[in-house]
Amino acid sequence: MNTSARAKNRNFRWGLLFFLAPVCLWLFLLIVLPHIDLLIMSFRAENDMGDMVWSLSNYRNFFEEPVYWLTYVRTAIYSVLVTFLTFCITLPLAFYITKVVCPRYQGFLTILLLMPFWVSELVRVYGWMILLRESGVVNHFLLKIGLLNQPIEMLYRDTTMVLGLVYTSMLFMVVPLISVLESLDDSLIEAAHDLGANTWSILFKIIIPHATPGIVSGSIVVFMLTLGNYLTPNLMGGKNSLWFTEQIYNQFIASFNWNQGSAFGFLLLIISSLIVWLGLTLSRQKLGKVVQ
Amino acid sequence: MKQKTLCIPLLMLALLIFGFGTVSAETLQLLTWSGYASKALVDKFEAETGITVKVTNSNNEEMIAKLRATRGAGFDLAQPSQDRVQSVQEKYKIYQPIDMSKVDTDQIIPAMLEAVKKNTTVGGKAHAVPFCWGTSGLVVNKKLAPRARDYSDLMNAFYNGRIAYRLKRPTLIGLAFAMGENPFAKYSDPKAYRALMERVGQAMIDAKPFVKLYWTNGDALLEAMRSGEVHVAMAWDGGGWKLFNENSNIDFVAPVSGALGWIDTFAIPAKAKNVEAAYKWINFVLRPQNAAAFTNSQKYGTASRGSLEYLDPSVRDNFVRCFPPIHINNIKWYPPVPAKLEAIEGKILDKVKAAR
Repeated sequence: MNTSARAKNRNFRWGLLFFLAPVCLWLFLLIVLPHIDLLIMSFRAENDMGDMVWSLSNYRNFFEEPVYWLTYVRTAIYSVLVTFLTFCITLPLAFYITKVVCPRYQGFLTILLLMPFWVSELVRVYGWMILLRESGVVNHFLLKIGLLNQPIEMLYRDTTMVLGLVYTSMLFMVVPLISVLESLDDSLIEAAHDLGANTWSILFKIIIPHATPGIVSGSIVVFMLTLGNYLTPNLMGGKNSLWFTEQIYNQFIASFNWNQGSAFGFLLLIISSLIVWLGLTLSRQKLGKVVQ
Repeated sequence: MKQKTLCIPLLMLALLIFGFGTVSAETLQLLTWSGYASKALVDKFEAETGITVKVTNSNNEEMIAKLRATRGAGFDLAQPSQDRVQSVQEKYKIYQPIDMSKVDTDQIIPAMLEAVKKNTTVGGKAHAVPFCWGTSGLVVNKKLAPRARDYSDLMNAFYNGRIAYRLKRPTLIGLAFAMGENPFAKYSDPKAYRALMERVGQAMIDAKPFVKLYWTNGDALLEAMRSGEVHVAMAWDGGGWKLFNENSNIDFVAPVSGALGWIDTFAIPAKAKNVEAAYKWINFVLRPQNAAAFTNSQKYGTASRGSLEYLDPSVRDNFVRCFPPIHINNIKWYPPVPAKLEAIEGKILDKVKAAR
């Protein structure tokens, strides 16, 4: 190797280091370091004398107290359900935008989808609350046209909470689906029609297999966001809506028990990793490929 | 999302470190309750002293958690309730003792000052001075629920779907009093306290179907009362009186088993940067005219001596109407909360929230 090539190579390394440093610092200082601290904290507990000792009691508490693990399971199941519903709603939507509608309107429709996300989640959730509450817009309307005799409470139900969560996470499913469906060759669908395939077999044999990477990456994002959501379950679910993130918040803020809270945090991390891994295995996708 | 929640303490720290250069010496970082530092007072203070006040709204639990995360840095003045200072200070050391020579104690009602000093003393030094006081009790729509008089009405099937309260410790305490118990007497005996709280929790779970919502935000509750969605709620007297001004059917009711009396204080965090400004703010807000302005807008009484003559007549009427002497004498003032009770209560509240 001659000297100029070596110098170039070294320059390249320095450049790489320079651009990578902020990312590494960010990852290390704001994600890895606090997590190590939390991991240590989760294995420490107060003994009867009031001293901090190493102990597994934070994790034992979780398994011994039905309230905790029931909420945990409930949160996981609802998150999977929300992910599935989001997929069911957004696939036809994405297909319509990419394949059916006149190309001139594609951008416009995508922007319409994006628009609600220009305001914060809190505002959107309060918007739903104004619509659905007992003295709200929907009830008022139904009373006016005579469908109801007296207003009903639509908020503070599990269905409302799922609705809110699906609405909040739709965008994160639609965008990967649109990009993956754009690369689908229309002639494949036309050929299938020519050969006498019906709509369902086109959907399951052509569209879904082609869109799998997009579906999986969208599902991962939606699942993670739903599992870690605090605001929507808390505000729209009302009195019955205990979500696992709220348990973590309660441990940290209301009970001042940071050790228990960090144990809960790690349990949440474990279940989200587990379910994502399970989803990847079942759909035979590779994480590295899906996130591209 | 999860990473985000976990990172908040560290992010705050980072912001603080980077903030050093930009924050000038003449700002006051105030950690308080919403409504406690009104724009009018903040502007007046700024005009008088040239000190900018940066207000962060919070509640007791979050105040403690925030200060604990930074070991008492980031704020120059906090306003915890008097019962939440002593054990917190013993355990986390997030406040510094109050220098009484810098506080204009002549402005403060002596009995209240002494009570707060006594309840916040750690290592022989007081850590707080009183600011305002009020009670928790019932806010009732008297037209629709004329007979609601005690905390037990929060579990009354008669008001099915029209009940609201907070899932926080005052509710547990109030319901325990309504059962004829005295939870404060059991503060020193965690076992008996846990047994009592479990009974209260079970009663709350049994009566859960009647509840409309567990409110977390005062404005949301006021809105639900205004629209007639909620008829009986447990809330602070000030909120009830605000509603009374708009609709005389809705009013605060001191429960038969006793309204729960709280005093919010001024406490200076351990690593406050602008301690002088903190004392200036304390003396400024407790000046009779300013304290009266606070009471007129928020309806809570203050520890300021001599503010009475500046009060609006309607505010004075609130006290006369809702607190005849028999109710005043029946107010249950919170004693300092010992450590560990929060964990007991937290678990009970989680169970109530998770119950079907």
